[in-house]
Amino acid sequence: MNKAVSIKVNGTAHTAEIEPRLLLVHYLRDVLGLTGTHVGCETSICGACTVMLDGQAVKSCTILAIQADGSSVTTIEGLAANGVLHPVQEGFWEKHGLQCGYCTPGMIVAGAQILLRNPHASDDEIRHGLEGNLCRCTGYQNIVAAVKYAAGKINTQAASGD
Amino acid sequence: MAKYVGEKIKRTEDPRLIQGIGHYVDDIKLPDTLHVAFLRSMYAHAHITGIDTSEALAAPGVVAVYTGKDVADKVGAVPCAGALPDLKVPDYRVLANDHAVFVGQPLAAVVATDKYAARDAIDLIMVDYEELPAVVDVEEAAKEGSPLVYEEYGDNIAYRLTSGEGDIEAALGAADKIIKQRVVHQRLAPIAMEPRGVLARYFPGEQELTVWSSTQIPHLLRTQLAIMIGIPENKLRVITPEVGGGFGSKLNVYAEEALLGWIAMQLNKPVKWIETRRENMQATIHGRGQVGYIEIGCKNDGEITGLRYNVFADMGAYLQLLTPAIPTLTGLMLSGCYKIPAIQMNITACFTNKMATDAYRGAGRPEATYVIERAVDLVAAELGMDVVEVRRRNFPQPDEFPFATKTGLSYDSGNYQGALDKALAMADYTGLRQMQKQARDAGRIVGIGVSTYVEICALGPSQAMPAGGWESATVRIEPTGKVTVLTGISPHGQGEETSFAQIVADEFGIALEDVTVIHGDTAIVQYGIGTFGSRGIAVGGTAVFLAVEKLKEKAKQIAAHMLGADASSVTFKEGKFSKPATRAASVAGGVSDPDVPVSEAPAAALPEPNVEDKQISIQDIALAAHIARELPPGMEPGMSATHFFEPTNFTFPFGTHICVVEIDKETGDIKIVKYVAVDDCGKVINPMIVEGQIHGGIVQAIGQALYEEVVYDEQGQLITGTLMDYALPKAAMIPHLELDRTETPSPVNPMGVKGVGEAGTIGATPAVVGAVVDALSPYGVRHLDMPLRPEKIWQAVNQA
Repeated sequence: MNKAVSIKVNGTAHTAEIEPRLLLVHYLRDVLGLTGTHVGCETSICGACTVMLDGQAVKSCTILAIQADGSSVTTIEGLAANGVLHPVQEGFWEKHGLQCGYCTPGMIVAGAQILLRNPHASDDEIRHGLEGNLCRCTGYQNIVAAVKYAAGKINTQAASGD
Repeated sequence: MAKYVGEKIKRTEDPRLIQGIGHYVDDIKLPDTLHVAFLRSMYAHAHITGIDTSEALAAPGVVAVYTGKDVADKVGAVPCAGALPDLKVPDYRVLANDHAVFVGQPLAAVVATDKYAARDAIDLIMVDYEELPAVVDVEEAAKEGSPLVYEEYGDNIAYRLTSGEGDIEAALGAADKIIKQRVVHQRLAPIAMEPRGVLARYFPGEQELTVWSSTQIPHLLRTQLAIMIGIPENKLRVITPEVGGGFGSKLNVYAEEALLGWIAMQLNKPVKWIETRRENMQATIHGRGQVGYIEIGCKNDGEITGLRYNVFADMGAYLQLLTPAIPTLTGLMLSGCYKIPAIQMNITACFTNKMATDAYRGAGRPEATYVIERAVDLVAAELGMDVVEVRRRNFPQPDEFPFATKTGLSYDSGNYQGALDKALAMADYTGLRQMQKQARDAGRIVGIGVSTYVEICALGPSQAMPAGGWESATVRIEPTGKVTVLTGISPHGQGEETSFAQIVADEFGIALEDVTVIHGDTAIVQYGIGTFGSRGIAVGGTAVFLAVEKLKEKAKQIAAHMLGADASSVTFKEGKFSKPATRAASVAGGVSDPDVPVSEAPAAALPEPNVEDKQISIQDIALAAHIARELPPGMEPGMSATHFFEPTNFTFPFGTHICVVEIDKETGDIKIVKYVAVDDCGKVINPMIVEGQIHGGIVQAIGQALYEEVVYDEQGQLITGTLMDYALPKAAMIPHLELDRTETPSPVNPMGVKGVGEAGTIGATPAVVGAVVDALSPYGVRHLDMPLRPEKIWQAVNQA
């Protein structure tokens, strides 16, 4: 018995008839074709599927799409604005915060969430903030540096009223 | 002048990846794709007496169900490249027929119109199992009377092998002290963040099969799949899109890859299977899995006289591509960075009812380094010497390279003292030891571990490899001056789209943006071997470098012809060939061919290519080579060169890692308070990428030392079947790593590069374990087996 859902994704409203058991990540990837959000563990541990749901970073592999009905979702594809990278995306590029890139979308969304909550996060706070995201390539050091870079950029922009 | 090489150039791969617009296998969507799900054995060892698929076949959306019987004479056995004497190679099929040998072994495949329907139908298949006794422990497997994985073999021994040189009995007999220690290299799961995945499509008209697979070896996979499926190799195209990590786990040919290809050919529709993490834990290869017995002899002054290592190597239930070869790599590297007069390794490789082991980052060499580094620590403890002094005492000197080991290798170059001294200075080793003394006096538990490692990289000379160790590259300059590089390696996070472009841009004197590196498509790229064994830069990069050299030589001949100069007088600098100013007029005046532009001709008058006064850019030469009107007589048109590089030796990177830990007496918790690494991987193309490789390797090593372990229970059930149970390191568990390098070029290749992908997992594990053991030495601890979980530490502290 399919259900109708209306979900705003990256600023665009979508409606679809879906199976009630359809996972949010599969809705994003298979129904909308937004394949930047990845699946790495199906158990909420690895964080490759992290997206923003009404401004909160969530694991989209363990949320049903119908739970997001009426909500607003931001995925990795929606972070850059007007062709300009989000500061966390820029940080990952500048600081070599990725290697294979598979955990990267989730990491970037998680990093953005950390800075939303605490724009002056310390290294330790960033490391703890990333506990829901696993990376097997980088050893995390450059991911921490990437989030720090973004923090610096965001704070500079805030200070200059940009 | 190097413009890019040696610089921290931002990766050209990154823009697509940080925006989520790259394409991993599951991101490729083909119309009418069917989805495959597997039923896998729930028992470690069982006869399959019946499989009833009728209910599954009748389920909504199900298109087909295949069992072992359906494919037994259709799809060939999963290949093993091991070529050891008397090796037993089980006939392992893509779907089990009547005998299941590990939990997770594929028994049946359901094909359905969507992945939820395929998964649902799995539960509708009825299997009759007759459970058999399982053998799980590798040492038990070797014993007479053990349950047998394969009755027909009469025992569980896959092979036995003795290696090494020198008179080991005499060497140990001449020792003042002999120290013995049992060590366990626990099973690990590689856990690439992207699980495996396959998409296959067959065009019956063209009779062409295309297989997209998350693999490290597209060409080797194509060859093997062609054999397994029975399709001409030139009708099979393997495409490796973005690959989300491999670490050796995708250096393989898996049952699912062949089966998906075969199913696509049966149904004439695209079929896709994306591995779940649970499947990944069960049925993607594991790493390590050795239990060994060290015997090391030494003189009272710390000089090592001999080393014996008797090892039980856990093959798992069958042999994947390189399963039996991994322990032999351990044997090659047992000398570490020391002069050891006699070395012997005795391998007993056993079948067990578990997933096959194979190459996991380091592949046999972390085991070797762990053995020799732990052994040297034990020597130091026995003699009451500092761990640094024992190491220094046994190093070959820099002028002793190439250095021959008693394992049959010739180390290309090295300066082990240099890396050690730099690391000691960085860490302030003397100060650390003073700090440790004060901490101990204050009742704290602090330890310092040192690892001086050497690894074998750039795999490798074909004589020493199971299926060719060379690598290929094609470099071509297109008519518009853009440069295309086709490499036979298959990067999956190592960043060679960037580092190869750095090499090419510098050699041609052109902009980095003008170079595109293509890999991972067998229809586009000439045959290559792939990415593993830290060979990308040292073998693949050298192939690129030498292809570039061929093109430069050709371009020089054309330049000389076009400039009307003698090739020997033409120089190449910053992308332009020039003729000497003094000879210009006379040479130009002597040119008889009226079509050849002469130096007096104004550049603007030449339509194309652009020959300036006395010089011409390599990109304009490429255009001229394509137009082919002004080539020297007899020269082939076009500007493309291919090189197959055969290395003459491996390379041997090395370094020193120092780890400092503090242990919480109440909880047994280990905190790494300092980590210093000085690595020497020869010449460096992109130091940012090199650092990233070392970071990641060290953290995987910390994972092995402290957290990770694949656990099966005594019935062979996988206990660590998800990432909730298998402990991967997280960001907050890892310290800030302090890195530096020394640079000892390799004489094996023209760029002097060595390779770095596995340095961390090889060098770091013994440093971490050494630090913990050092911390616990006041409690009488000389060795503890990995992973060093808090419970184990707490017991060591509180039961002492």
